[in-house]
Amino acid sequence: MTVIFSVFLLTFLMVTAIAIVRTANLFVAVMLSGIFSLLLAANFFLLDAADVALTEAAVGAGISTVLFLSALAMLDERETSASHNRTIALIVVAVITLAVIYATFDQPRFADPMAPVHQHVAPWYFETTRELIDIPNVVTAVLASFRGYDTLGEVFVVLTAGIGVLFLLDKRVPTGRREREPQMEPGGLRHYLIPRVVGRLLIPFIVLFGLYVQFHGDFGPGGGFQAGAIVAAGVILFALLEGENRALEVLPRGVLTGLAAGGALLYGAVGVAGIVMGGNFLDYSVLSDDPVVGQHMGILLIEAGVGMTVTGTLLSIFHAFAARGRF
Amino acid sequence: MLAQIVDIASFILMTAGGFFVFVGGVGALRMPDLYTRMHAASVTDSIGPILIIAGVMLQSGVTLASVKLAAILLFLLLTGPTASNALASAALLSGQEPNARSIDPDNDSDNPS
Repeated sequence: MTVIFSVFLLTFLMVTAIAIVRTANLFVAVMLSGIFSLLLAANFFLLDAADVALTEAAVGAGISTVLFLSALAMLDERETSASHNRTIALIVVAVITLAVIYATFDQPRFADPMAPVHQHVAPWYFETTRELIDIPNVVTAVLASFRGYDTLGEVFVVLTAGIGVLFLLDKRVPTGRREREPQMEPGGLRHYLIPRVVGRLLIPFIVLFGLYVQFHGDFGPGGGFQAGAIVAAGVILFALLEGENRALEVLPRGVLTGLAAGGALLYGAVGVAGIVMGGNFLDYSVLSDDPVVGQHMGILLIEAGVGMTVTGTLLSIFHAFAARGRF
Repeated sequence: MLAQIVDIASFILMTAGGFFVFVGGVGALRMPDLYTRMHAASVTDSIGPILIIAGVMLQSGVTLASVKLAAILLFLLLTGPTASNALASAALLSGQEPNARSIDPDNDSDNPS
């Protein structure tokens, strides 16, 4: 049954991907890429990868669609046709496709328990999570504790990407802004009663759900990345309803950049605290007298750091886009 | 016996829900202009999820899963019509006239404006 659903979803993924390539309308392409992410999330969920599915749905289908749309607000909707040499491109694509298809012949069969990936470190993670960390969600244990270095790197990737976007976009033009500001409408959808009422009703629940995903990540699917995206989505909804300026009053730029940098700093500080208290970098066992409690504390803190960085970065990028092209 | 009745009822509910979602999809493709398409597609926002989630709730019985499904249904019933309303008013503001008579085969699919 899972195979049938997977094949169905993967076929739709291919159809969507081809449609994205073929359409010349960028708005349509953005919408299709949202659908692509949602299909992919459903596929991940079918493969029992609930954490990844949640991330893909929150980031891929949710936030990146919003960011693409805010980028589109500055651009022309039509794609300019590029007249490059198509033969070379076709040859390159054909060669790579054949190479990938050839590589799949060496792949283990679908859901084969003897596949190398299931024989390497994965059994050790499953066996020792209960003893060393004692949280039900092994994915969180692997992500936050066993492979804490990788996640630290990911947090810095997110932070670096945010800094890069801010450098490119967040160009303050004082004179231009001052000229534009007084003529502007109060912004957002203030005059539209139905979206406003429903949106205001939903925002607290979205943020609450984000916090649930953040702090329930040890026990179920979730964690800092997903929670950061969900909280950011709630604030972006607020910005769309009440106008970007109101959102900036609630969470000023300084707070957002502080969150982005502070989250990464918190993560690094937890690692350094491990060294100071006599362990290795990112070894949470020494944070408390009981190693298991220390692991719980460490995971809670670094997940909070991840959530802060993701929220701060996503909202900074959103405001950087929104300040340029008005909705 | 009771379990079978519940199974059959949930099967009927889910099939009916799937049917309405399908009808909504067909309508969204076949209707002549944006507003009639949205009218057709709104079936997938309202009656479709009600029936499907009711069917799934019958399967899960009186458990926490049912409460979560009810919360999802409430969320869908709040957001779906609101999104339709926002889309329709945005279309009206951008100058899209509601006119079902202008059946123009060149003026559908790719470019709504």
